[in-house]
Amino acid sequence: MAKNFGKWLISGPPVLYLVVFFVIPTCIMVLASFRYAGEYGGLAPIFLHDASGAHLNLTLESYREFFSDFIYSWLFIKTLIYALVTTFFCLLTAYPLALLIARSASKYRDLLVLLVILPFWSNFLIRIYAWMILLGPQSAFSAALNGFLGIFGVGPVRLLFTPFAVVLCLIYVQLPFMVLPLYANLEKHDPALLDAAQDLGANGWQRFWRVTFPLSLPGIYAGIALVFIPVLGIFAVPDILGGTRGIMIGNLIKQEFLEARDWPFGSALSIMLTIGAMIIVGGAALVARRRGRGDV
Amino acid sequence: MSKKLLAASGIAVYAFLYLPLVVVVAYSFNNSKLNAEWVGFTWHWYQVLLSDDTMLKAAGNSLLIALTASLASTMLGTMAGYALYRYKLKLLPVLVMAPLAIPEILVGVSLLIFFVAINLTLGLLSIMLSHIAFCVGFVAIVVRSRLSGMDESLPEAARDLGATPFQAFRLVTLPLIAPGIIAGALLAFTLSIDDFVITFFTAGVGASTLPLQIYSMIKIAVTPEVNAISTLLMLLTLFLIVVASRLSPDSIRGK
Repeated sequence: MAKNFGKWLISGPPVLYLVVFFVIPTCIMVLASFRYAGEYGGLAPIFLHDASGAHLNLTLESYREFFSDFIYSWLFIKTLIYALVTTFFCLLTAYPLALLIARSASKYRDLLVLLVILPFWSNFLIRIYAWMILLGPQSAFSAALNGFLGIFGVGPVRLLFTPFAVVLCLIYVQLPFMVLPLYANLEKHDPALLDAAQDLGANGWQRFWRVTFPLSLPGIYAGIALVFIPVLGIFAVPDILGGTRGIMIGNLIKQEFLEARDWPFGSALSIMLTIGAMIIVGGAALVARRRGRGDV
Repeated sequence: MSKKLLAASGIAVYAFLYLPLVVVVAYSFNNSKLNAEWVGFTWHWYQVLLSDDTMLKAAGNSLLIALTASLASTMLGTMAGYALYRYKLKLLPVLVMAPLAIPEILVGVSLLIFFVAINLTLGLLSIMLSHIAFCVGFVAIVVRSRLSGMDESLPEAARDLGATPFQAFRLVTLPLIAPGIIAGALLAFTLSIDDFVITFFTAGVGASTLPLQIYSMIKIAVTPEVNAISTLLMLLTLFLIVVASRLSPDSIRGK
């Protein structure tokens, strides 16, 4: 009894706080997606009163709206494509770096890992702003690129406010999330395996593709999950760098809440986003598990 | 992969990671209104910053919010971390981790609907309450990792020698995990002062914070004053993270 009392005394306050400020708001958002929008933004009353009493004032209108216009599905598909491209290039960029760190002398490893994490601790907006400067029309980077393209007679291209700028910045902000799990995996590999492969006549390329790469698959899966999921909900990057062509689903959610003030539709979009992410993660986990068992 | 190719690509990736930040810092000292050509060295943008009342007000708000949020979330997070370590509660890990795992924008919009539903005027208070909600989990993880590195026999020995459970906690466990708690507090402070997305939805029109102020400057009129405030904010974060990682090396790296 005394032990249970201590248990509730210690876990009670944080549980209560998270229930009030996380669980309940989430439930309210789910409910909001089935409500009508208020006349001046916000939400319409949940009960309607008339002669026969109170009625629940709920609707599937927001979900119908979502499926009635392909624009919304297209925005989801586009967000998915951005996330896939970002994840692919993160993997491509992070792998050599993670391998380099894992194979350097152990006294340098901590420092090299710290150098990957440090930029991640600078403010998110500052990192986006940095790309705004770098990709701006007056930047040295833009000038150099356009000078290079000019040689081939290709006209000056604009970099800022394009999908390219969005994806480049997404790769930049998500890169550490790919490097860290990859490094954690690669660091544990037994170097004797590579020596054995070499003794058996494998060249450098074969040693990588037939020993290192297959062993690193769990790290790759973890990195993909860490990079892919957060990208789906990002709105600040496309908001600042994307212009009108580069918007993602997060921008639409923000717009529904702060500008259009159609909260039920914004909530429905948020829920579709969550469900979509869960389906993708669940599907990927299922495939990974089957592969692990050797079914596929 | 050959060693040289690997080293070259590694250096290229480090350049990719640092070049943008170096550019932001460099232009904060540039004697030009444009982030384009290097004209000459100046402290001008830092002087502009110091006389910008809106920015100073936002900085004050940010500090106040971060102090309150880190204090409250450290208390709640330490309790949660201890409960995670000590008791096998099935739903607690889910409850603590979920706010960290789902996209921030969803946390932001659900809190916005919630505050409006309970008729709380959006402003400093709603921002603080939101920041506490997402900081608790981070503190809990740091404290929990510190606890699992602790020798369990020490509080047990205290109990054998006649200490009450509370005395054993206060006199033995608490001093042992104190570095973890301080690291958690610094982490919460950093996360709070840096947060943009959740603040963006829960701030309303009443209160502004540094990230919100930076956002509106980026959207409306970019001047190197943004670079100056960015540089200062980076220095502050860097300092806090270095201190926190000294106190609890594994937890910062694990994030």
